[in-house]
Amino acid sequence: MTLYRDEGVVLRTQKLGEADRIITVLTRRNGRVRAVAKGVRRTRSKFGATVEPFSHVDLQLYVGRSLDIVNQAESLMSYGDALCADYPRYTVGTAVLETAERLTAEEKEPALRLFLLVIGALRALTEGEKDPSMVLDAFLLRAMSVAGYAPALDECAGCGAPGPHRAFSVPAGGTVCSACRPPGAASPSPAALALMRDLLTGEWAAAARSEERTRREGSGLVAAHLQWHLERGLRSLPLVERA
Amino acid sequence: MYEGAVQDLIDELGRLPGVGPKSAQRIAFHLLAADPVDVRRLVSALTEVKEKVRFCRICGNVSEQDDCRVCRDPRRDLTVICVVEEPKDVVAIEKTREFRGRYHVLGGAISPIEGVGPDDLRVRELMIRLQDGGVTELILATDPNLEGEATATYLARLVKPMGLRVTRLASGLPVGGDLEYADEVTLGRAFEGRRQVDV
Repeated sequence: MTLYRDEGVVLRTQKLGEADRIITVLTRRNGRVRAVAKGVRRTRSKFGATVEPFSHVDLQLYVGRSLDIVNQAESLMSYGDALCADYPRYTVGTAVLETAERLTAEEKEPALRLFLLVIGALRALTEGEKDPSMVLDAFLLRAMSVAGYAPALDECAGCGAPGPHRAFSVPAGGTVCSACRPPGAASPSPAALALMRDLLTGEWAAAARSEERTRREGSGLVAAHLQWHLERGLRSLPLVERA
Repeated sequence: MYEGAVQDLIDELGRLPGVGPKSAQRIAFHLLAADPVDVRRLVSALTEVKEKVRFCRICGNVSEQDDCRVCRDPRRDLTVICVVEEPKDVVAIEKTREFRGRYHVLGGAISPIEGVGPDDLRVRELMIRLQDGGVTELILATDPNLEGEATATYLARLVKPMGLRVTRLASGLPVGGDLEYADEVTLGRAFEGRRQVDV
């Protein structure tokens, strides 16, 4: 029996059989892992509460034929309790988890940077200092950039001419110069593009000064860019409650 | 692979939850060997469940009439509504014989990751029931897991302006269990919800 130990954030749980669950975990060393947690739906289960979505857990798993099996689980930090008590933050949190799952195409392919981003986003959401909607946009921008889908925000996405440019085209991959501008490209406000740059680089002080209207515009661009690159839209994104 | 009808039966049985190919084969051959009267009774039970059973128009529980047994019962307390996720939760609570009010079955829990939002559940029906004004307490008995807690939070926020008493089922130690085997989250909740012992 091959055992291994890793820590991770539970992204999703699915019911399996009578009392088991399949849990999808984004781990620190092994990327996205799907594992069976046996008997966790029983009220007498020892670790039922520790393998809920949003939980940061220390797991011992053994390698199964198709799915691994959870042997032991120890809770490191449970973000779920705090998020459940605040519905808008809960919806933002589920969008973070779904994005993390969708951006890890292959199982067991290490995704350390994405793992750290997810932990950071959940921590920011539960601390409650930052606007949840901006936390989500910052996470989406950075997660896409880790996955190689970062939108061009300075140079032209077509020819690489240094910017700033006014037009933004989702299919082209970000801001485009007047020569490369495809038909149907949007013309967002410079403030919205500046906000996206701030969120991508973590300039929270500058981002916090942005206006409500600018934030909505930025969120729209981020969502459109993400949906385009994921091909199939995120299911949780339309259900996110933005203030 | 078997011929025609036998294989069709095995395939159909294999589509049921928890029934694998081997179990399906065993059930199929049991039915083949069984008394025709028994098989006919099973067939009529299957047809009737699809023909007769519908959802109660008040609470959404499964019922054979327009209103379910609980909603028809005049002895039930009309001032309390207990919100549950599934019809099977109604049965579980009924077994306790602790609750004398009526129910409201949501038909699931809010789970954005599965694409299930408040509009996919019977939330609007609940709001209409509450608007009549006869209800004084709403008990949130959704599952004590993440989706259930989030659904309870959402409903509590939604009905807050109505000024009802909104309560949530307690979480804690299972009766007949050992304290040392309780997981830390449950044990923590049990501490939070401890009550005074009056002697």
